[in-house]
Amino acid sequence: MDLRYSDRKLIIGGVIILTGIIFLIRLFFLQVLDDSYKLSAENNVLRHMTEYPARGLVYDRNGKLLVYNEAYYDLMVIPKQIENLDTLDFCNTLGITVEDFNERMEKIKAYSKFKPSVFEKQLSSEFYAGLQEKMHHYKGFFTQTRTLRKYPSRVAAHLLGYVGEVDDKITKDNQYYKPGDYIGVSGLEKYYEEFLRGQKGDKVMMVDVYNRPKGSFKDGEYDKLPVSGLDLISTIDRDLQAYAERLMQNKIGSVVAIEPGTGEILVLATSPSYDPNLLVGRVRSENYALLAKDVTKPLFNRALMAQYPPGSTFKLVNNLIGQQEKVVFPQSAYPCRNGYHAGPIHVGCHPHPSPLNLMQSVQHSCNAYYCTVFRNILDNKKTVRQNYDIWRKHVMSFGFGKKFNTDLPSELKGLIPTGDYYDKIYGKNRWKSLTVVSLSIGQGELGTTPLQLANLVAILANRGFYYPPHLVKKIGNKKIENEFTTRNYTTIDSSYFQIVIDGMEQVVEAGTAARSKLKGIPYCGKTGTAQNPHGEDHSVFVCFAPKENPKIALAVFVENSGKGGTYAAPIASLLIEKYLTDSLRRPLVEEFILNANLMPKPEDSKLKIKKGTPTD
Amino acid sequence: MRQQKSIFDNLDWVMVSIYLVMIFLGWINIYAAVYNEEHKSIFDLSENYGKQVIWIGSSIAIAAIILMLDGKFFTISAYPIYGVVMLTLILVLVFGREVAGSKSWFEVGSFRIQPAEFGKFATSLVIAKYLSTLNIKFEDNKTKLITALFIGTPALLILLQNDTGSALVYGAFLFVLYREGLSGNFLMAGVAVVVVFIVTLLFDPKTMMWIVGILALLIFIAGKRSWRNALLIGGTAVVFSGMSYSVGYVVDNVLEKHQKTRINVMLGKEDDPKGVGYNVNQSKIAIGSGGFSGKGFLNGTQTKYKFVPEQSTDFIFCTVGEEWGFMGSAVVIILFMILLVRIVFVAERQKSTFSRIYGYGVASVLFFHFAVNIAMTIGLAPVIGIPLPFFSYGGSSLWAFTLLLFVFIKLDAYRMQLLR
Repeated sequence: MDLRYSDRKLIIGGVIILTGIIFLIRLFFLQVLDDSYKLSAENNVLRHMTEYPARGLVYDRNGKLLVYNEAYYDLMVIPKQIENLDTLDFCNTLGITVEDFNERMEKIKAYSKFKPSVFEKQLSSEFYAGLQEKMHHYKGFFTQTRTLRKYPSRVAAHLLGYVGEVDDKITKDNQYYKPGDYIGVSGLEKYYEEFLRGQKGDKVMMVDVYNRPKGSFKDGEYDKLPVSGLDLISTIDRDLQAYAERLMQNKIGSVVAIEPGTGEILVLATSPSYDPNLLVGRVRSENYALLAKDVTKPLFNRALMAQYPPGSTFKLVNNLIGQQEKVVFPQSAYPCRNGYHAGPIHVGCHPHPSPLNLMQSVQHSCNAYYCTVFRNILDNKKTVRQNYDIWRKHVMSFGFGKKFNTDLPSELKGLIPTGDYYDKIYGKNRWKSLTVVSLSIGQGELGTTPLQLANLVAILANRGFYYPPHLVKKIGNKKIENEFTTRNYTTIDSSYFQIVIDGMEQVVEAGTAARSKLKGIPYCGKTGTAQNPHGEDHSVFVCFAPKENPKIALAVFVENSGKGGTYAAPIASLLIEKYLTDSLRRPLVEEFILNANLMPKPEDSKLKIKKGTPTD
Repeated sequence: MRQQKSIFDNLDWVMVSIYLVMIFLGWINIYAAVYNEEHKSIFDLSENYGKQVIWIGSSIAIAAIILMLDGKFFTISAYPIYGVVMLTLILVLVFGREVAGSKSWFEVGSFRIQPAEFGKFATSLVIAKYLSTLNIKFEDNKTKLITALFIGTPALLILLQNDTGSALVYGAFLFVLYREGLSGNFLMAGVAVVVVFIVTLLFDPKTMMWIVGILALLIFIAGKRSWRNALLIGGTAVVFSGMSYSVGYVVDNVLEKHQKTRINVMLGKEDDPKGVGYNVNQSKIAIGSGGFSGKGFLNGTQTKYKFVPEQSTDFIFCTVGEEWGFMGSAVVIILFMILLVRIVFVAERQKSTFSRIYGYGVASVLFFHFAVNIAMTIGLAPVIGIPLPFFSYGGSSLWAFTLLLFVFIKLDAYRMQLLR
């Protein structure tokens, strides 16, 4: 036996033991002393998966559905999990080309091979049903349920607004939103976003390195369930809104109806409009571009954003201010000689009995009368400028020249010129009552929106106050209680209203709107003609009904239709009839309105809109 | 000579029981690593743990057969066994199936066999046989050359199969040769080369030169200040400096890209958790998250959800570390230490040179596998894909290690009859 080198067994044994000890020390550090690996391990396997809540629905004031959700399916892919894909078959199923497929996959892979990406957005349920049978061939692909908005009655597009995907700016500013989330972009969807969206849920899943879910973490102990969005109960009357939109077909203009006792907007119609379903899902951007190009501006919400001179309807305001400033009284009678003539100024008038008293001035809408009243206001005790400022303050108290700042989408404030404005044009103390006398009959520099005029009649119905017009009564089960439900008083004493109201009744009974009289429903109205330098004047009609205990206040604008009595008043009367009696007894009037086509150039306004569901 | 009464006579029960404990632990950890709710049965043949049952059963059968054979069988058939194994190593190059870039598998039905695993056994046998031959002295250069050829041939053939890890194992025979009289300088030189290589990669060659120079000076001052010593130390320093300059060249031009990145990741020069460093990083996370007492059997999250690659084969130690914690890892390390020291001890008690050399062969091969595999999983060595003996899933390796160990156990049991 060779013993020469047997001592080397000690060295070899030593190496073995030393190695073992080094390992033990290293493991002690790694496993016992260092905590960071435990944290890494948790992040490694846990994935927080977002669960999307159902967006709140929108109902009308009677509980009829305006907006609901429909399920759609996003086809998702995790590139790393694709196995044996028959690309051609896959492309045929989806109806895409192989080049398209390759292009998309390249983009997706550039983002991540391990994380899920959307391959195809918003497949309809019908398409999904067919696809599902084949899904087991397409390893690495799966579907994810999403919802899209659906509008069963196809009305009130502008006020409801639409929902779209968040952009980079929103995701940067707001932690809640992640790329791919939906958000209200306009209308009620935008204003009530926080209530409608609900709260996203968070599901903690264990996943493997390929991101494949392996089950819920600790039996869902750390999951956060999604909270559904709250439903909105709108103030809109769906049927009345639909009827208003129908009456306005082939006309340009708008209809606003308010419940005077609450400020709740019953109708907010603008024409031409569009089917809100067009701005949903994959066809939205295409359709939006088409609508934006349309010369009749269907995207423009005339009810809130069109600013017209109010025309004769404004005489109601001047009448009340005159009484309040004690420059005109019920008995005040002024003559009219086919108009108002003072120096170089001639304001024409139509034939009517003369002279007229205050009530009759409303009934016959006498221009000369209101020129006199308005000059009386401005040439009162103080300087013209001071008196003008007083007049303007009164006007503003009716809600003119400012926004209501309620939940309305993008209203404009209109224009009531300031004294400074005239100072600038004519020079200080260089303008007189006569210079601005056209304001007396609602012409000149005035800009008012249909909503503001509807609010004006609501004030008349209420004899001196209004609630800011708004669109939502209830959020979830809670009635709104805020500035929308507080009264705003005008600067006019309520005692001055009766005579104006009586005059307005006469407008319907025996005045400029006599043809729109309703049997059994005494109501009060006022016609107007908004001067249009570009063509035929716009006709206006404002009214509230019934005279006692008013339930509805209306403003109807029909562009390029001449006098208020011709189209605007019949439309208003039909709406009153429908709202108050739920029946229509004047088929001829209805037929006349429905058949009237006042579109400027019909061939231009044809909407070449891509119809249909998101999948085609 | 006396007749054996039964095959259990004179068995070294320490080695046998450690072997049995290890294959059992290996099996349950493979089960945990691949565990799947849908295939709960530990005997499910479609899963690795089910197949491992077959491998374990057949390994025990192999062990029994070895114990029943005559003790002389292996001394007599050492050369034929070596020859047959070398032949299969050549054949696999021609007919083998490529798996993960290495052409080192024979495929028979759904089972695969890796001849390289048996090369270690054959080589241990053959050098034991050769060096124990009468009139053969290790001091002769011719003996050294032939020994080198015996070791180098399988290493080269395996390298040709593109299985660097398995080829490196043959370096382990340095220990055997060292025990048989090879100068310790070879072992030291081997270690020094590795150290210089790694340090140079960590710093740059210039810094390395400074370190070598200062060290040389210190050693010279501390030692005998003779001309001979000065020349020796100076020469070594120059060689090391030159080598450190060549390291960059070797890494850039000789090593393949994946080897280079593996080395860089190990040195911390590349941080790439989802790339090449991924394996090591995940492996460390898995082991580190085990804590002191582990997450419990089947409760591991890292290994089970496929974060750790090769979890039932090369990275099986991760499952141990994660589910059984420091306690479990320590038990495995200590079991290996006991087994290896026991083998060395038993080898030393052999009267027969053949048995001793073979014993050291067994110890060296097992030690190399153990050291490299564990070091890799805990981030102390670059990723070299070799299995952890008796633990890792795989039929060829389990058969080969069983063969390796039980031939030694048989030789030990037979030691009274075997003199040369």
